[in-house]
Amino acid sequence: MGELAVEKHVKFILTIEKEKDSFESVVMEHIRLNGAYWALTTLDILGKLNTVDQDEVVSWMMQCQHESGGFGGNIGHDPHLLYTLSAIQVLALFDKIDALDIDKVSNYIAGLQNNDGSFSGDMWGEIDTRFSCVAILSLALLKRLDKINVEKAVNYIVSCKNLDGGFGCTPGAESHAGQIFCCVAALAVTGSLHHVDKDLLGWWLCERQVKSGGLNGRPEKLPDVCYSWWVLSSLIMIDRVHWIDKEKLIKFILDCQDKENGGISDQPEDAVDVFHTYFGVAGLSLLEYPGLKAIDPAYALPVDVVNRIFFGR
Amino acid sequence: MDVLQKSSERIPLSQRPEYADVKPVAQDDGPNPIVPISYTDEFRETMDYFRAIYVTDERSLRALQLTAEAIKLNAGNYTVWQFRRLVLKALNADMNKELDFVDGIVERNSKNYQIWHHRRWVAENLGTDLSTRELEFTKKILSKDAKHYHAWSHRQWVLQALGGWKDELAYCELLLKDDIFNNSAWNQRYFVVTRSPLLGGLGAMRESEVTCTVNAIMEHPENESPWRYLRGLYRNDTQALVKDPQVASVCLKILTAKNNYVHALSMLLDLLCHGFQASLEIRNAVYGLSDSGAQGSDLVKVVCSILELVDPMRANYWKWRRNMAPAQAAQCLKDDGLTGLSL
Repeated sequence: MGELAVEKHVKFILTIEKEKDSFESVVMEHIRLNGAYWALTTLDILGKLNTVDQDEVVSWMMQCQHESGGFGGNIGHDPHLLYTLSAIQVLALFDKIDALDIDKVSNYIAGLQNNDGSFSGDMWGEIDTRFSCVAILSLALLKRLDKINVEKAVNYIVSCKNLDGGFGCTPGAESHAGQIFCCVAALAVTGSLHHVDKDLLGWWLCERQVKSGGLNGRPEKLPDVCYSWWVLSSLIMIDRVHWIDKEKLIKFILDCQDKENGGISDQPEDAVDVFHTYFGVAGLSLLEYPGLKAIDPAYALPVDVVNRIFFGR
Repeated sequence: MDVLQKSSERIPLSQRPEYADVKPVAQDDGPNPIVPISYTDEFRETMDYFRAIYVTDERSLRALQLTAEAIKLNAGNYTVWQFRRLVLKALNADMNKELDFVDGIVERNSKNYQIWHHRRWVAENLGTDLSTRELEFTKKILSKDAKHYHAWSHRQWVLQALGGWKDELAYCELLLKDDIFNNSAWNQRYFVVTRSPLLGGLGAMRESEVTCTVNAIMEHPENESPWRYLRGLYRNDTQALVKDPQVASVCLKILTAKNNYVHALSMLLDLLCHGFQASLEIRNAVYGLSDSGAQGSDLVKVVCSILELVDPMRANYWKWRRNMAPAQAAQCLKDDGLTGLSL
């Protein structure tokens, strides 16, 4: 079997972080906070977080925060739940969550819960179970889950459960591995996994594995490395990961590497990007590939980071 | 102002008199080395001007034009979209024209969350009868990508908020005729059958739906979606699934044909675990699939052994099913209210 080209991937990440004027970088500037989370978490899993200037990152990130307490995707961008979670996760990596005014941030997040228990992404009102997940993970990491109506939040997520045991973005929407991760993680963190039919969902999830060993996100779609995270972490959270062929999946992920220039792509031979590099490495960590730090399947942060938050020093 | 100005005719913002008093604001990202690609120059200039307008919160026509240009260069930038909405509100703009604007850019950017959210926001603001237009809009996108997640999500919202259910089941049938493997269409089918105010609900529809589904299964027994759909039709009523002769019959046909029979075996397994009494033909069909010529009264174990062999990627799942079977059968009988009956 091939090997994980750790050094090349580290170099790839450090290079793109510096190359602020590449076309890709300029076009993604509004989601730079997400990019920072993907890049830094990957580095941490590979044991190389110390290669970044922590103070520079934190100082830039705090400038992305608004009056309301929420974070935008970059400096000068409007606040949104998605970037708020990334900010909290990055601060968690650096053990700097106390740089935040925790009540302010949690009030921003809690303020976005709707009457039916769902969450809007921001003041413009888009509703999606992704935002339920992001809100719940954020508040759990800040230890402020009590600021929202957890029961209603759970009920909304459960209303998005489909006949195949999976979850969609809103009630009735097609089951999709990304949305399933969001719902299962939110349920896991709120102690509500009993709402999941683990056998039924586990079967749906293990049916995502196709001949090549890769995982797709819905029936009859193509495999993509990012599903190595969404499907895999979901299986782990419901204790059914032994239902897929781990060896074949590892091989698929390794085949998606660019071993010359570093980085991982969505499928073998495609162009690499930091998003798929993160999901590939995180997936390999879940598969217990040697030499990688363990990652928490719900919080999507290294286990030692999560332990530090919940079990203190 | 021509909102649909082509990139090749673009006059740099620095040369347009209507923006003469605007002082562009650079992204605060670090040092700015020379960039060779002209597209990136255009992009950078547009965003620098946008930032200037955004910072002064200018909600004018030229601001609207600027957001249009920024969006066309990068439709993922949610801050631009949000500011555009503020400008539209301030100008009390014609929301029908805004729908036209989205029509014009959606094809190149259809995978982007912001466009779909904006479209919904505009539709909600219009508050008039938009059902037909919005269903047409999603249909256009689905004609290029029939599994487009955002389009389906928007379509479901339209049906529930604005109505238009009349032709939806027929639309699903059309899509499935095109591609019987389209899981999104199967999902939408379930959505219509269970939620349409015009159809009478699952109970009324079940029989005809089972017939359609069984036909789809016969066409392609390896197709995951109709098998799941079939189970969905009998949700909360497994005994009815077990008793439906169409279900047992389609399993038998596929097992006898010995081709693409994994899902059929899996369905048979579920039936057996819920108290299904296999006929001699079904038993023989199963034994016919087993290399070792396995016989024996425990059909469940034989079925699982075959599945472990023919679907090795999920061998652990089938092993688990095999081990669970006796306990599962007892529990299922209990759940279905049949305790006391012997198998």
